Amino acid sequence: MQLFILFLPFLFALFLPLIKKWGKGHLGYYVIPIPIILTVYYSSFIGKETQYESISWISALQVKFDSQLDGLSLLFSLLISGIGIFVLFYSIFYLNKKERLHQFYMYLLMFMTGMLGVVQADSVISLYVFWEVTSFASFLLIGYYYEDRISKDGAFKSLMITIFGGLMMLGGFLILSNVTGTMSIREMTAQAAQIEQSSLFYVALVLILLGAFTKSAQVPFYIWLPDAMAAPTPVSAYLHSATMVKAGIYVVARFTPIFAATAVWGNVIAIVGVVTLCWGSFFAVKQKDLKGILAFSTVSQLGMIMSMLGVAALVSYTNDTSTFYQFAAFAALFHLVNHATFKGALFMMAGIIDHETGTRDIRKLGGLLSVMPVSFTVTMLGTLSMAGVPPFNGFLSKELFFMTMWQSKEALPLGTLVFAAIWLASIFTFMYSLYFVCGTFLGKRHTLPKRPHEAPIGLLVAPIVLLIIGLIIVFRPNVVADLLIKRAVVSIQPTLFESASDVGVHVSLWHGFSAEFLWTLGVIVLGILGVLTLKKWQPMYEKWPEKWTLNTLFNQVISIGDASFTKWSRHVMTGKSRQYFTFMLGMVSMLLLFVLWKKGAFAFSWEGASTIHIIDGLLVVTLVAGTIIVLKATTRMTAIIALGVVGYCVALFFVRFQAPDLALTQLVIETVSVALFLLVFRNLPKKIKEEQKQKGKWLRLLVSASVGLTVMLFAMAAYSQKLLPTISSYYKETVLKEAGGGNIVNVILVDYRGFDTLFEITVLAIAGLAILGLLRSKKRKGDARDESK
Amino acid sequence: MEFVMCAVIGFLFFAAVYLMLSRNVLRIILGTAILSHGAHLLILTMGGLGGEKPPVLQDGVKNAMMADPLPQALILTAIVISFGVTALLLVIGYRTYQTAKTDKIDDLKEDEFHE
Repeated sequence: MQLFILFLPFLFALFLPLIKKWGKGHLGYYVIPIPIILTVYYSSFIGKETQYESISWISALQVKFDSQLDGLSLLFSLLISGIGIFVLFYSIFYLNKKERLHQFYMYLLMFMTGMLGVVQADSVISLYVFWEVTSFASFLLIGYYYEDRISKDGAFKSLMITIFGGLMMLGGFLILSNVTGTMSIREMTAQAAQIEQSSLFYVALVLILLGAFTKSAQVPFYIWLPDAMAAPTPVSAYLHSATMVKAGIYVVARFTPIFAATAVWGNVIAIVGVVTLCWGSFFAVKQKDLKGILAFSTVSQLGMIMSMLGVAALVSYTNDTSTFYQFAAFAALFHLVNHATFKGALFMMAGIIDHETGTRDIRKLGGLLSVMPVSFTVTMLGTLSMAGVPPFNGFLSKELFFMTMWQSKEALPLGTLVFAAIWLASIFTFMYSLYFVCGTFLGKRHTLPKRPHEAPIGLLVAPIVLLIIGLIIVFRPNVVADLLIKRAVVSIQPTLFESASDVGVHVSLWHGFSAEFLWTLGVIVLGILGVLTLKKWQPMYEKWPEKWTLNTLFNQVISIGDASFTKWSRHVMTGKSRQYFTFMLGMVSMLLLFVLWKKGAFAFSWEGASTIHIIDGLLVVTLVAGTIIVLKATTRMTAIIALGVVGYCVALFFVRFQAPDLALTQLVIETVSVALFLLVFRNLPKKIKEEQKQKGKWLRLLVSASVGLTVMLFAMAAYSQKLLPTISSYYKETVLKEAGGGNIVNVILVDYRGFDTLFEITVLAIAGLAILGLLRSKKRKGDARDESK
Repeated sequence: MEFVMCAVIGFLFFAAVYLMLSRNVLRIILGTAILSHGAHLLILTMGGLGGEKPPVLQDGVKNAMMADPLPQALILTAIVISFGVTALLLVIGYRTYQTAKTDKIDDLKEDEFHE
C-alpha cells in the first residue's frame, strides 16, 4: 500500500492524456484529488511506529524500491503532499486552460512521486534514482515555456548543476555500500563506526555533500536557482522553494547519524550554510525581479537551515546535551516547515502581481496598495513572517536560530564572527522583505502593461490558507512540534534522543526581554534604516564587474567544454569506417593478448603434434605466396586468381588433414566464387592499387600484424591447453547405432544437427533473395540518383 | 605441423585485416574471403591435425587414428555460410559501384562532416 501510494501520482500521470481528450473543464480539477489523498494517507501515520515496505528490483545486487516512513520521512512527505494541494489549487486559477496543461501536470505528478521517493527511500539506489527524477522533472518544468530562450537556458543550467551533484552523490553512496556491504541506509547507520575507519570516509563525505549542496542551492552552486524562476510560478512555489530544494537538506539530515562521527561534517555544513545565508540575503536586495528577490531569499533561508543542521551534527559529535544548541536540529526542521508556508504564499503573491499587472519588475511596480488591498495584506503578513518579525511563525524559528547560533559560538570555528555575520544577514533579510512589499505596493504608481485590479478570489485562497496555517503554528507551535518535528529530530540524532518525548524543547512566542529578542529588535531598527536609505546605496551593487561573477564562470566552463568536446568528437568521429575498424581491431587484439597473458594461456606444449610432410611444406609455401600476391596485386584479375590459388590450397589442406567432405565442398565453392568474382567485377576499374599516405599505412600494418599475432598465439594456446575432454567420441560411438550412417561428418550435419543445417540453407536462401533484389533494383535506384544530381 | 599451421593462420588473418582496412571495395571483399579461410583452418588446427584416416566408419568399425569429425562438421557449415556472405558482399560492392561510380570506400560516406 505504502509503495502504491508512493507511485500513485506517477501512475495517475499516465491517464492525463486520456482525461485531456475526454474530460471537460480545467485539468487541474482532476489532478487535485491526488495530493489530497496523499495528505490524508500520510496523516494517518502520525504518531505511529516506523513503517517499511519494499519491492525487489535487481535482487542479485540488493537493489530495491522501498518506502520507509520514520519521523523525518513523514515530515517531508506531509510537506510535499500538503503544499502540493495548495500549489495545484493555485495553478488551476493561474494557468490558462489553453496552455499545455497535460504536460504541466504530468511533470508535476512525476515530480511528486520522485520527491516522495527521495524522502522515503531506504535503499541508496532508490534514493538516487528518485533524486534524478526530481532533477529531471524540475528541468522539464523550468523549460515549460520552451519557446523562450531564458526558460531553456535556465532549464539547462539547473540540469547541469543538479545532475552533476547527483552523480557525485551516487559515487558517495557506492563507496558507503562498498564499505558496509549493504544498500540500506539503516544498516549503514548501524555500521557508522566501521565507515569512519574506512580510508574513503572523507571522499564519501565530500561527494554526498556535493550532491546535497547542489540540490539545495548552496554557495557556490546556487546560481541555477535564480534562473529557475523562468518556470511558471506554481512551480517556483512548489519545487523551488517548498520541496525540491529541500532534498539536499533531507540528505544532510538523513546522513548525519553516519557522518557525525567527525567534526568535519558538522563544521563544513555549518560554514557553507552561513556563507550561503549571508550571500543570498546580501544579493536579494540587488534584485529587480520580484521572483528574483524570492529566489535569493530562498537561497539564504536554505543556508540558514543548513547551518543549523551543521550545528546539530556537531551536537551529535560532541554528544553534549547540556546546552540549548542541542535543539539545533529541531530549530532547523521547524524553520523548514515555516519557510514552506510563508515562502509558498509569497511566491503565489508574486505570481498574482505578475498576473494582474503584467510585470514582475519592481522598478515598474509601486502604489498598488489602493487597487489591491487584499493582496497587500497577504503579502505584508508573509514578508513579516519571512523577516522574522514577532508575532509570526518566521519569528519563532528565527529566534530559535539566534539562540542556537549564539550558544554554539564556542563549538564553531570563529564562532563570534559567524554570529556577527548571521546577524548582519538577518538585517539584509529584513531589508529585502520590506523592499519586496514597499517596492510593490507603496510609492508612486507607474504605467503598467495591464490595468491593475484586485486578484480573483480563487487565486488568493491558496496563499491565504497557507498564512492561516502559519498563524496556527504561531498559536499552537508545540502541537506541530510534538506531532511531527520531534519525531523527525529523533531520526537525525538517534544517539541523543531515544524517543520524541526526550526532545525537551518548548516553543513559546514570548520569552521576555531575552538576548534573542534584543537581537531581533536590533535587526528591525537597522533594517528599517537600511530600507529608508536604499536608494542611496543600492547602486553600489552595480560596481561589481560582470566578468567576475559565478554565472560568467559557469557560462565559460560550459562554452569551453562545448567547444573542446565538439573538436574532440569531430576528430574521433571521422565517419570513416576504416578508422573505426582500425581502432576496434587494435583494441580487441590488445585486450585479448592481455587476457590470455593474465590467465597464463601462453604455456605451450606440442605433445602429440603431427609431423611435417614435404607436401605440407609445399602447400604452406604456395598458400603464403598466393596470399602475398593478393596483397600486392595491382590489377583485379591478378588478385582474383591469386585468391583462387589460396582457396584451392585450403582445399588441399583439407585433403591432407583427412577431411574429404570439406575438401570437396571447398573445391566446388572456390570454383563458383572465382567465377562470381570475375563475372561481377567485369565492370569495375582494372586497377585496384591505392595510393596511401605513409602515416596511415604504418598504423594499418601495425594493427593487421597485431591481429595476426593475436590469432596465432590464440590458436597455439587453444591447441596446447585442452581444458575439457573432447565430445567427438560420443559421435564416433553412436553414429551407426542411432543414425545408421558411416560418414560421421555427414551424419552430424543432416541428423544430429539437422535443424542447424536447415537454418543454414535458410540463410543461403535469404542471401540469394537479397542478391536478386539488389540486381533487380538496378534501374530504378540508378535513375533516382541521377535525377538528384 | 600444428605450429606451422598456427603461423599460417596468423598470416592469413594479418593479410585479411590488412585488406579489409583498405580503401578499395574489391580489396575489402577479398579480405573477408581470406578471413574465412583463416577461420576454417583455425577451427581445424585447434582440434589437432593428427588424424590418419578420414572420419568414416569402415564396415561399421571405428578406427583409433580417425580424424576428429566435430570440427569438420562445423567447418562444413562455415564454408557454405561464408560463401553466402562473400556472394552478398560482391553484389553489394558491384551495385555500390554502379550507383556511386566509385570503388573507394571513403567516397561513400555521408558528407555531414564536411561542413
